[in-house]
Amino acid sequence: MVEKRQRSTLNGQRDLPREAEARALALLDRVKDPEVPVLSVVELGIVRDVEVDDAGAGITVTVTPTYSGCPAMRVIEEEIVAALEAGGFRAVAVKVVYAPAWTTDWIPESAREKLRAYGIAPPGDVTAEQLVPLGPVVRRVACPFCGSNDTGTTSEFGATACKSLHVCRACRQPFEHFKAF
Amino acid sequence: MTMSPPLFEYLLRLGDDRLVLGHRLSEWCGHGPILEEDIATANLALDLLGQATLFLRLAGQVEGAGRDEDALAYWRDETGFRNLQLVELPRGDFGFTTMRQFLFDAWSYHLLEALSRSEHAELAAIAAKAQKENRYHLRHSSEWVLRLGDGTGESRARMQAALDELWPWTGEFWYQDAVDASLRAEGIAPDQEALRVPWEAMANDVITRATLTVPGGPMRMTGGRAGRHTEHLGHLLAEMQIVARSHPGGKW
Repeated sequence: MVEKRQRSTLNGQRDLPREAEARALALLDRVKDPEVPVLSVVELGIVRDVEVDDAGAGITVTVTPTYSGCPAMRVIEEEIVAALEAGGFRAVAVKVVYAPAWTTDWIPESAREKLRAYGIAPPGDVTAEQLVPLGPVVRRVACPFCGSNDTGTTSEFGATACKSLHVCRACRQPFEHFKAF
Repeated sequence: MTMSPPLFEYLLRLGDDRLVLGHRLSEWCGHGPILEEDIATANLALDLLGQATLFLRLAGQVEGAGRDEDALAYWRDETGFRNLQLVELPRGDFGFTTMRQFLFDAWSYHLLEALSRSEHAELAAIAAKAQKENRYHLRHSSEWVLRLGDGTGESRARMQAALDELWPWTGEFWYQDAVDASLRAEGIAPDQEALRVPWEAMANDVITRATLTVPGGPMRMTGGRAGRHTEHLGHLLAEMQIVARSHPGGKW
């Protein structure tokens, strides 16, 4: 989530648009990603900004897609609008941006822990994966079930664009990995 | 040729390459050689379709004639498409699909890298996003070229046959015309020819390690960028566009 810019309040008046933004963000943190229902669209970094205009009449949510072809994006936009309208907001607009490109580095540690507990190995550091090694790569993704590093990659592509398939040799459990991206 | 603005034409090229190749990959859905590759191929198709959506949407905005990405994908005829002929060739066997994907991914890698530094901010943003996806594609396709090339006698023979058939079509990667010249002058698009040396180095590296041989011989005639296509594109479009054209404006 992008840092909100600070605005001074005149004579100690309450900054109503900022308070409304905080309330909107709390509502959005309850909107789960349809394909990874353990994380919210805020935790995933899909929601980039929330802005209530000074008159308090309208709210604009800026979002960015995870992958260009993510089929969940339209549903996510609809759920964002529905969640805010259910929370009393009117004139909800969703704006889509592509830069900066979405990265798993935006997922906070607390959310990574949720992924692990859910049985999905969380993403590693993206910068470490920037090179394109041509040909087979040996990558050690820790098993989210037993913690062993003795795992193998079954496929770089899984049931959704954001995940790959692995198997743990120690506990024999197949598992998904949220790809560093 | 055409009187359309250069940026519109260029965005059609970028979008159509990915739309048509994505469609070819999607034909594997339910027909992959193993379940993991069936899923992987569908994932690649989805990424390419997503990239095509972004490039074509921007093309529609640049054109300013009220056409969105769906209008451009479903309501242009064969001669309106600007994709490389390489991507419209029938999918062939899994070796052919894999080899084409590797040649394309490696080219796309260098092109997207250059486009992510474009003076056109939105084009640069889409290219940077697409490149992140392309890195996974390239890693995947190069791995399979190595595995199948340096594999059994049968897999090796099929990969060499695929390479022999595909190589002459790669000449179109370097095609440039007034569209490129105009955008190059504005810092929007790179010199396509400058991508050739790094692409050849990457392709040769993998092909050699896969124990395959780069064929010699002449390159094919070009024409895709000007709307001249092989007999295969029309059939592909018939299948891709039939639902949209049978039910104009249909929603579900």
